[in-house]
Amino acid sequence: MSSLRLTTRLYLLQRLTAAIMAPLILVHIALIFYATHDGLTAAEILDRTRGSTLWFGFYQLFVISAAIHGAIGLRSVAKDWVTPRPAALHTVMWLSGLALLLLGTRAVIAVIAPGAH
Amino acid sequence: MPARKSVLNVNVWRGRADGDYQSFDVPRQDNQTVLDVVTYIQRHLDPTLSYRFACRVGVCGSCAMTVNGRPRWTCRTHVSRVMTGGDRLEIGPLGNLPVIKDLAADMRPFFDKWQRAGGKFEASTDRHKPMAAIAPDSPKRAAASKAIECINCGICYAACDSVRWNPDYLGPAALNRAWTLQNDERDAGHAARLRAVAADGGCHSCHSHQSCEAHCPANLNPTESIVGLKRMTVQAYIRGELEAEVE
Repeated sequence: MSSLRLTTRLYLLQRLTAAIMAPLILVHIALIFYATHDGLTAAEILDRTRGSTLWFGFYQLFVISAAIHGAIGLRSVAKDWVTPRPAALHTVMWLSGLALLLLGTRAVIAVIAPGAH
Repeated sequence: MPARKSVLNVNVWRGRADGDYQSFDVPRQDNQTVLDVVTYIQRHLDPTLSYRFACRVGVCGSCAMTVNGRPRWTCRTHVSRVMTGGDRLEIGPLGNLPVIKDLAADMRPFFDKWQRAGGKFEASTDRHKPMAAIAPDSPKRAAASKAIECINCGICYAACDSVRWNPDYLGPAALNRAWTLQNDERDAGHAARLRAVAADGGCHSCHSHQSCEAHCPANLNPTESIVGLKRMTVQAYIRGELEAEVE
């Protein structure tokens, strides 16, 4: 892909994922206050999240958006501070994106997957 | 009011990139500009001092230097304004550019990028055709007008973090210029210019730190112009118009 289309596509993707994450973050923070102000325990919270398709979708969407958004951002940082070589930037972007996706998905599974506690 | 010192101790950059600061004592005067100080040194203390100026009134954009760490028009900067919080006055060449000698920076990379960004007006008609009618209050004319007063002094370029980190980056002034032309309905170079500013080192290399806006002596906002270019490239991308030119 030509560099002008690539830079524009990455810019667009980063803005799109930011637009997805903004309302999710607000819901997430509001939920923390709502869930803790009556003193819900971790076990009680897990009872509500485990097996829930809704919360799986909610948090997995956030993880995917964050992985894309963060990877593009780290690519920009690497470009300014480490190297402008396209191949290296490509590697930084994909590796960091995959790492964020794996770590985030692992956290989502821990909260959503049915299991004993 | 405490008596002001009658002599100003000034450190001035001498030599090229590997030079050093040299100290001068300059008589302090009322309403003295930094350019007055540099001129005094060149005329009375050391005629080998090199620097650049022309109009002395903030119109030509040739006297920009680094004054106490910030890029400024020296002709419009009163000594009293930069001496707050100490009696240090340090004058160097404009940053992010090669040094020719002393206070004269090499502006060639700055103007080369102006060209690379498509900073030249491309005529879509000629003098024999009727004049284009542009409504003064049309949105495009208003956008161009807001950014048009740039005098190419290079202060935004010297203040820009992205230029410092990425020497390939076109910089605020060149992109601001491109933005005014993209809003000029008479211009015939919109597609090629959009390709130039969307490429590597173009508008997407700007991180919106807004140093350009903070330092611009003409009170322009190049960051806003660059955001406008980003928006234009995205619109062109979505419409499938942002293709590399076929060789």
